[in-house]
Amino acid sequence: MDVRERIDQLYRSDSRRVLATLIRLLGDFDRAEEALHDAFTAALDVWSREGIPDNPRAWLVSTGRFKAIDKLRRAARFDAARGAIAEQLEAAVPPHGGDEAEPVEDDRLRLIFTCCHPAIQPDARVALTLREVCGLATEEIARAFLAPAPTIAQRIVRAKGKIRDARIPYQVPGRDELPDRLDAVLHVIYLVFNEGYSASSGESIVRHDLCDEAVRLGRVLVELLPEPEAMGLLALMLLHDARRSARTSASGELILLDEQDRSLWRQAQIAEGLSLVERALYSRRFGPYTLQGAIAAVHAEAATASATDWRQIVGLYDVLLRVDPSPVA
Amino acid sequence: MRYLCLIYDEESKWGTMPKEQAEAMMGEYFAFTEGIKQSGHYVGGEALQPTQTATTVRVRGGKISTTDGPFAETKEHLGGYYLINAKDLNDAIAVAAKIPSSRIGSIEIRPIQEFN
Repeated sequence: MDVRERIDQLYRSDSRRVLATLIRLLGDFDRAEEALHDAFTAALDVWSREGIPDNPRAWLVSTGRFKAIDKLRRAARFDAARGAIAEQLEAAVPPHGGDEAEPVEDDRLRLIFTCCHPAIQPDARVALTLREVCGLATEEIARAFLAPAPTIAQRIVRAKGKIRDARIPYQVPGRDELPDRLDAVLHVIYLVFNEGYSASSGESIVRHDLCDEAVRLGRVLVELLPEPEAMGLLALMLLHDARRSARTSASGELILLDEQDRSLWRQAQIAEGLSLVERALYSRRFGPYTLQGAIAAVHAEAATASATDWRQIVGLYDVLLRVDPSPVA
Repeated sequence: MRYLCLIYDEESKWGTMPKEQAEAMMGEYFAFTEGIKQSGHYVGGEALQPTQTATTVRVRGGKISTTDGPFAETKEHLGGYYLINAKDLNDAIAVAAKIPSSRIGSIEIRPIQEFN
């Protein structure tokens, strides 16, 4: 594999982690994005000559950080305030990076919680999360939500401005705040999945790209913060998405659950969903997402539509109505 | 960082509140203010007299015009404020949520614009 291919691959797999760490180190979304871009540009040049470093992620982080500080320093000639920021940033981390330069998983979690902060307008939370955490381009987000690109861009700019000006902290909330804040995060992921799954818009009924992003986000969340409702939501998404191929006819029309060819359901994904539902239920701290996941699980376990355990489904709906009286189901 | 917490509520609620309840509320305000002084959040804060005492001033074309009452005709009015020092928005939200009026009205948190 040549250097360019390796860099492209790294960009796809790791640019969000590197960005999350750069935001922590540089304290500013826009500065971090610029630094990320500069780091990848530098990688193309340096790695072609000197080879790929042992720890490319750490290299990208420390190079990005260095480039950002360097830029601020040069700007300091015209604007003293930037020099002060550069000095602060410089002092915040030991000069040779060390462990600090290694992206930590907490940074990705911080990024998710910051993008889904309740002080940001709900529409903007979705756009910001897709942009910053998933790395989707503004145009892709606009296409997915059938909104004009400038509208989405403006939402993102405004949200980033609020994070900076009102000083929304870049941190995972403490234990007492966590339940409410986690709800906001789960809701954003749920909205992304639903937009993909229920296809209110677009040429095809299901927008797989959005479903995939939502599942990916759900996985990151469960991996970093294995709370029951996070597992419940991931299970819910996996179980619904497992029916992907059976859900639309060749001509693109929707096929209802009892008429679907169940042999097309993805069994590996169903198995993963079932085990997540079980773990979430076992915690006894579950809520509406787990219950909806459990309902999807009962459907998934039935070999035929007529073999569905309706008594269990009715029972689950009863509990769901008690925990969450809103008509989600 | 400094934030201004603007307290909005319905003046009529205060007017119609039984005496004991109003007194209890005042007690809560004293305790709250004492609390944020202890925690180091407090910079300043005052309660305002009712909107019937308000006067709005505009100068247009060099001419002063005054009108009786507040600038905006809304149900909830600005009734007081706290100026606080907070670490970040989350810290400010935690303080604002303890202002007694947050339970009957609402608190608007505005970061202070710093000019260097």
